[in-house]
Amino acid sequence: MSVTEQDKKHIEEIIEAKFKTLMSERKKRMAIIASKGTLDMAYPPLILATTAAAMDIECSIFFTFYGLDIINKKKNKNLQVPSLANPAMPVPMPNIIGALPGMTAMATMMMKSWMAKVNVPSITELLNIAAETGVKMIGCQMTMDVMGTKKEDLIDGIEVAGAAAFLEYAAEADITLFV
Amino acid sequence: MGKKGNKPDEVLDCRKLSCPVPVLKTKHAISKLEIGGILEVICTDPGSVKDIPAWAKQTGQELLEIVHEDSHYEFFIKKIK
Repeated sequence: MSVTEQDKKHIEEIIEAKFKTLMSERKKRMAIIASKGTLDMAYPPLILATTAAAMDIECSIFFTFYGLDIINKKKNKNLQVPSLANPAMPVPMPNIIGALPGMTAMATMMMKSWMAKVNVPSITELLNIAAETGVKMIGCQMTMDVMGTKKEDLIDGIEVAGAAAFLEYAAEADITLFV
Repeated sequence: MGKKGNKPDEVLDCRKLSCPVPVLKTKHAISKLEIGGILEVICTDPGSVKDIPAWAKQTGQELLEIVHEDSHYEFFIKKIK
């Protein structure tokens, strides 16, 4: 019995339909790397992760280098906005002024007041929402060793792992972001 | 009540809240509804006009209607699953 062109086409159609069903049943996945420890850079990974959880997208954030400060309970209430080398500062000013004492505190205060005005949750609130909605948060083992950070310094519910563990997760992700 | 006669079982007030809070609260509110129930979400965030439909599409819930009022938007969402 020979296989006709029509048979081939039919088989392809069946495979394609099956593939589509399998793909639509599979939960989407997002993997984020949070590598910065400033207030402005702490927001995007947490906003995206909590929104992903609300959209039934499985999500994991890998906190590495200064990004580890976001989940460090001794430091995360005091994240700052840099005033130096930040051309996006709200009030345009010569960069050298950003180096003056007190300018970082001022930039931080300004950003916090805008965020509060439009009711954006604080970093602590976003971390709580992330934990409640099942966002997996991973602290980088190597960074912890370098910075002398202990697991007790981190907020509750953090998993500690290395690059390979994160990459294994990210290899199956539909969305991967580096912040 | 929506303009197409959609009668909500629950109303969620997200006025003055900005991204991502309306979406997070919508998800929470819909999870408490029975299947077939209708949730009305009231938002003032202009971004919600795109965000709520995107959320509904991704999570497989049915967005029945968007009402644009002068001061806010009303979304009527039916829980499908």
